[in-house]
Amino acid sequence: MSTVTAGAPKEKLASRAAAMIVMGVSTLYFLVPIWWLFISSTKSREQFGSTAGLWFADFNLFTNIGDLIAYNDGVYLRWMLNSVVYAGAGALLGTLFAAMCGYALAKYRFPGRELIFNVVLGGVLVPATALALPLFLIFSQFNATNTFWSVFLPSLVSPFGVYLARIFASASVPDELLEAARLDGASEVRTFFSVSRRLMTPALVTIFLFQFVAIWNNFFLPLIMLRDQSLFPVTLGLYAWNSQVNQIPEIRTFVIIGAFLSIIPLIIAFLSLQRFWRGGLGAGSVK
Amino acid sequence: MSTATAAGRPTKQRRIPVKHKSAIAIFIAPFAVLFSLFYLLPIGWAIYQSLLVVERDGTFGKPTEVFGGLTQYVLVFQNEAFWASVGRVLLFGAVQVPVMLGFALVLALLLDSPLVKGKKFFRLAFFVPYAVPGVIAAIMWGYLYSPNLSPFASVTQNIDLLAPESILWSIANVVTWVYVGYNMLIIYSALLAIPSDIYEAARLDGANQLQIAWSIKIPLVMPAIVLTAIFSIIGTLQLLAEPQVFRSFTSSVSSTFTPNLAVYSTSAVPNVSLAAAMSVVLALATFIMSFAFLKFTQRKADK
Repeated sequence: MSTVTAGAPKEKLASRAAAMIVMGVSTLYFLVPIWWLFISSTKSREQFGSTAGLWFADFNLFTNIGDLIAYNDGVYLRWMLNSVVYAGAGALLGTLFAAMCGYALAKYRFPGRELIFNVVLGGVLVPATALALPLFLIFSQFNATNTFWSVFLPSLVSPFGVYLARIFASASVPDELLEAARLDGASEVRTFFSVSRRLMTPALVTIFLFQFVAIWNNFFLPLIMLRDQSLFPVTLGLYAWNSQVNQIPEIRTFVIIGAFLSIIPLIIAFLSLQRFWRGGLGAGSVK
Repeated sequence: MSTATAAGRPTKQRRIPVKHKSAIAIFIAPFAVLFSLFYLLPIGWAIYQSLLVVERDGTFGKPTEVFGGLTQYVLVFQNEAFWASVGRVLLFGAVQVPVMLGFALVLALLLDSPLVKGKKFFRLAFFVPYAVPGVIAAIMWGYLYSPNLSPFASVTQNIDLLAPESILWSIANVVTWVYVGYNMLIIYSALLAIPSDIYEAARLDGANQLQIAWSIKIPLVMPAIVLTAIFSIIGTLQLLAEPQVFRSFTSSVSSTFTPNLAVYSTSAVPNVSLAAAMSVVLALATFIMSFAFLKFTQRKADK
């Protein structure tokens, strides 16, 4: 901002203050609930309901974590592990498949290319939750509901990932480079994994992160598919606990501390990878 | 198939043979197989299942599924609870989506303006809730709304946020809390992509930040806003996790509170054919609404 602006300095000060107030109040709105969750995780069961909600009482965090992990033969750790496998492995493979497909749609000409892209694009608009019930019906034909695969396999499909990968591949992988690789005698598949994949990294990280979040947050599919507690992802497990709070009151502490611990991995993943996904986030709206 | 398409093309293209056929197949096959099995097949299956009715041989006879035409769809259209749930999410969307996107737009514009210091901190602080799954966010807010356990008990004891007449808006607040930061970032990255010399002329003319935002920035980031609006519309019609969680905090959320809850409780009866018909109607409605919104905004932009 130079001094060219016509507004008087006083007016500028006022709008600056107003802007900062909006930002400050918004920060409170977004962070106070998480702060409350953290504070509540550090409290014993007795103090949870009886002390001021937004400040520490006796610091019981580690005792609480110990109790949580010990409860019900460590089923909580099992749930966390399940979530990491569903979301981690699912997003990794899902990203790979979406990237290959999007790349082929961007870089090769073949009949049916536009048809495939349009069908996939239609898939973006079909909500995943609408598929949960029919997926259940199909898996039950093969007696395969209530299995790891019934939740894992459907999560590998990311139509939005294909869309993003296509846009990114068109923009960031030059045809000349592919020609050069061909002249060097590299096969198409090898070129993809050694050259193009690197150029597409920001898009791949973005697809991975959003697929990871989508699977980690997915609720309807595991809810409808799984009966066996040991297969639950952590969201479904905490939901199940929370519905039992009225019958088993001591479980409430575990719901709170479990909820707090479960959001830490995702927050860390987002903060540490932000230089990658920030570039990719706007890509969907380029067109 | 390929001959048919080739015949329709101009002669120039027909002569170009498809190169790297096997590579293309390797690239596309994994996604295509999974997409067909877990996207297209379920859609087909839902349509097939929705056309079946259960028939019994007498009162105690064995139930068999037979083709029933559009019987289930007639039942869906007569199902008042289902339409009440559709009306509920439409009301929810009509209020929550504009509020959320307006909030996200204001925050994005402020982040992009020279008025705010500490942008990096604010950007992260606003985005953190997106890392909280809907189920966890609903559990957390459920306690924050509770008259006894809330840290804001002085408020929640006087205003019952879990009552039947307020629960829809309490859920709206949870959804808003989770998604404002995400939508803000999409709009903000679009704002960053605008070259800053566009503002130069406006500044020389003495336009203030508000005028620049209104007449330059907002029109330029419209595509990003449209994208966030479509995703929000899809999300609203699919509402499930948050109301399902609130069922353990309050009796104000019925088992058919949203269309997806209606699908879930109908399939648990079990009445899978009716539930499948509901799923099809819902998916179709979602598809049509987001598509229509896209077309509508595109036409407006062309004018």
